[in-house]
This record gives sequence, C-alpha cells and structure tokens, in this order.
Amino acid sequence: MTHFSALSLLKNALTGQKNWQAQWPDSQPKSEYDVVIVGAGGHGLGAAHYLAKEHGITNVAVIDKGWLGGGNTGRNTTIIRSNYLYDESAKLYDHAVDLWEGLSQDLNYNVMFSRRGVLMLAHNVHDVQSFQRHIHSNRLNGVDNRWLTPQEAKEFCPPLNISPNARYPVMGGALQMRAGTARHDAVAWGYARSASQRGVDIIQNCPVTAIRRGPDGSVEGVETAKGFIRAKKVAVSAAGHTSVVMDSAGVRMPLESYPLQALVSEPIKPIFPCVVMSNTVHAYISQSDKGELVIGSGTDQYTSYSQRGGLPLIEHTVAAICEIFPIFNRMRMLRKWGGIVDVTPDRSPILGTTPVPGLYVNCGWGTGGFKATPGAAHTLAWTIAKGTPHDINAPFTLDRFRTGRLIDEAAAAAVAH
Amino acid sequence: MLLVHCPYCDETLPELEFTYGGEAHIARPENPADKTDDEWRDFLFIRTNVKGPHFERWRHAHGCGRFFNAVRDTVSDRFLTTYKADAPRPDLAVLLADASMKEPSK
Repeated sequence: MTHFSALSLLKNALTGQKNWQAQWPDSQPKSEYDVVIVGAGGHGLGAAHYLAKEHGITNVAVIDKGWLGGGNTGRNTTIIRSNYLYDESAKLYDHAVDLWEGLSQDLNYNVMFSRRGVLMLAHNVHDVQSFQRHIHSNRLNGVDNRWLTPQEAKEFCPPLNISPNARYPVMGGALQMRAGTARHDAVAWGYARSASQRGVDIIQNCPVTAIRRGPDGSVEGVETAKGFIRAKKVAVSAAGHTSVVMDSAGVRMPLESYPLQALVSEPIKPIFPCVVMSNTVHAYISQSDKGELVIGSGTDQYTSYSQRGGLPLIEHTVAAICEIFPIFNRMRMLRKWGGIVDVTPDRSPILGTTPVPGLYVNCGWGTGGFKATPGAAHTLAWTIAKGTPHDINAPFTLDRFRTGRLIDEAAAAAVAH
Repeated sequence: MLLVHCPYCDETLPELEFTYGGEAHIARPENPADKTDDEWRDFLFIRTNVKGPHFERWRHAHGCGRFFNAVRDTVSDRFLTTYKADAPRPDLAVLLADASMKEPSK
C-alpha cells in the first residue's frame, strides 16, 4: 500500500499519475472471522481500524448492504463538536474530538479536519439561560465553550444578521473553538484503507439478512446474501437499520428511525468562516471546501426508511437561514437528500454489550453520529476486544432503559444533534 | 409532502395539518404497580420500528383536533388506510391484498 506523502505525490506526478494502487480490495467473504461488523460506515470501519491497530485483531470483516460510506456517513453535514450538557456525554464526545485532532496522521489520510469553531445562536431568554448553563457545565468538564455577545458573534461570523428587528433576533451565542468540520467521505475511506491494509476484509453490496444464535443463546455468525459467515463476535453498527438487524437476533431495541434531511447550495467563493447552528429554528450551516453552503435540517415528524423526507422541513430551514443570513437569500440550492437516523428516547447513543453473548451494538446516535465517529469506533473496538465496556462507553448501555439511568440529552434544553 | 386522510373529517389533506403521534395500539398497563422493570421498559421505550407497514397515530391538529390511527408503509411512506381511534386494529393481510389490487399495472 502506498504511503501518502509529498514525495509520493511528486513521484506519481512525474509518472503521469498512472501508478496509484486501489486503496482497498473489494473482498469476498471467507467462511469464518473472529469478528464481523455489520455496517461499513465511519463507525463500523473505524471499529475495524482500532481492532486491528490497537488490539491486534485482524481477522475481521466489515459487511455492508451497499457501498462503504454510502449511508449516513456520506449524508451528514459533517459538524464536529463536544459541548454536551451531561458529564457522560461530554466525556464521550470530547474523546472523539481528541481523536479527530490526530486522525489524519493516524490514518495517513487527509480527513480535512478543520477547527473553524461552532457557534450556537441564542434567540430568546430561554436559549440564553440554557446555553450559559451548558457553558458552565462544559467548563467543569474541561470542554471549551464560551459566551459571545451579539456584536462578538457578528465579528466572528460577519454574514450574521444581529439587527434587533430581525425575525430571529440574536441575543448571543455559545462558541466552541475546538469544534468544526471534517470531510465525511475521507473519514470512511481513510478508515477503510487503514483497516484493509492491516488485513480486514471489507465486503460491500452484501446485505446481512439475520444474526444466527446457537442453542446456548450466544452468537454463531451472520446470514448474508453471500451465505452464512461464522463469527463468535458480531457488532452491529447499522444506524437507521439497527432495529431491523437486531430484531433478527431476538433483541428488541428502544429505537425509532426518522428521515433527516440536508441540502447544499451552488458553490461560491469563501464567505462563511465557521459553523453556525440555530437549534431554536432548526437550521445548521457551514461552507464546504468546494464552496457549497451545507445546510442541515431537522428530522421529519414520522418514522420512515424512505431516505427522502418531506419538503416542508426544507422550506422551514431555508426560510430560517434567509432570516438569519439575509446575504444568502438569492442563493440557489443544488441538491437535497435524506438519511435514516436511529433515535433513542433519551437522545443518547447505545454503545457496548447486549444481553446476547458475543453481540455488540453501536447505535442510537440519532441526528449527531458523525462527530462521534472516532470516539465511538475506538471505545467499541475496546469493548469487542475485551468483552467489557470501556470507561467512556460504560454509561451508554442498553440496560439503562430498564434501570432508568437515562442520559437525558433530549430534555437538556436547546440540544441539537 | 404526505397527504393524510382524516377519518373524522373524511378529507385528504396535506401533512402540515397533522401531527404524528407515534406507534399505535400501545395499551397503558391496567395495574401499573404490578409491572416489572422489564415490562415498564417495553411499554415506555421499546418500539417495533418496523421497515414496512407501520401502525401509528396521527392527530388532525389544525382541523378537527382528533387522534386517529393509520397504517403506513415506512419504505414507500404510502398510507394503506386510516381509521378512527376506537376502531379495532385492521387485518394487515387484507390491507396488503387491497393495496396490491390498487397498484397501477406495470
């Protein structure tokens, strides 16, 4: 496998770019693996990378019904932040941000992590109070987050409309400077290349139809479109389809799957220096390196697997963007799409062991899984390798819905995901 | 945008008039004190989240204001039927047979 460097770029430039190798082979399944991971998104591929790199477990297959990174990894708005209210969440998401910072070096792959800052706008008194509570809570947890006045917010993000007569007046904002964006496809590709280089098989276009359990209840392997694959450990990292896969193992999940939509504008010159989120009016915006404005919306109100979503949400989001950033009101939108997100009742993920021996799960990220990709993958790999929860993912059990120890980010006001 | 048929108003109207009410036919426990933690979990949090025909509640919020039930395919988002809140759960096999007869010929 080619090591990417300035030298390798130069060498290939001189030889007409004809000697690049494929970054990973399109593997066919073997009959048995130590670990099978269902779902080749960033989370699943990342878990394979950390299993191989940190735990020496390389007899691993990552299986996907489509192509790798073709689900929510390729459909999100790439926002990375860790300013969550509760201690458990702050630890988990901040662990991810720590890993994001070194990810390009770790993978020898440019994931274009850009710490451009995420600004969350407060539009009413309730927002102001709840964001300031978040800021205090974050600072106690060592997570950077600070308060900006409307003028400071305007200096940080010049396109912002802070007029007191605005439809959504800006009363201030919470700014996390360590937060930002990354190139979503590169995350999947970088993890895939690294895992594959270490011996992991990536099997695409091969739906897992069921998880098979033995007479003692433990996992025996997975049924797939390409036949049965034996494995003593199976990890499900299937986002919106987690309920469907887990059902086949006889585990019912506290999940509901909703369409979440995003859209991009025509590309323009650099104008938007940061990420701005407005939870109250449900609009998230940043500018990609290609120049498109990347805009995120809220979930549709009804559960669905359709990967489409309805136009009213897009209208609502774009209307809010035009009010907050009047400079954009003549922009044309190029594309919109939907992804299916798995939402838990407390809006926190489920990450770790299950009642079934040998079955692990990483799901319930709802509308905010991308930011957690390295952290979730890293701790999931630990849990798969050792069979026990990692300190950081230990609170995010499936069992919390029985014991009542919820991590209630849903009720923590003004949380967007 | 979905078009939703309200069985009380007997009109098919845009989704914006309605709010979604989650999965249907989840009965409240008759004797809450007798329920175990497992049963409470199932009642409060576990949902079928089915990929296919889904029994669900809707409310005609900007119309008659009443709750009703619906069966909608979560893959196509197409409604198979809507029915009044006190009506029994319809037979899925019959609904699917009806739907396939109405399917435009290919």
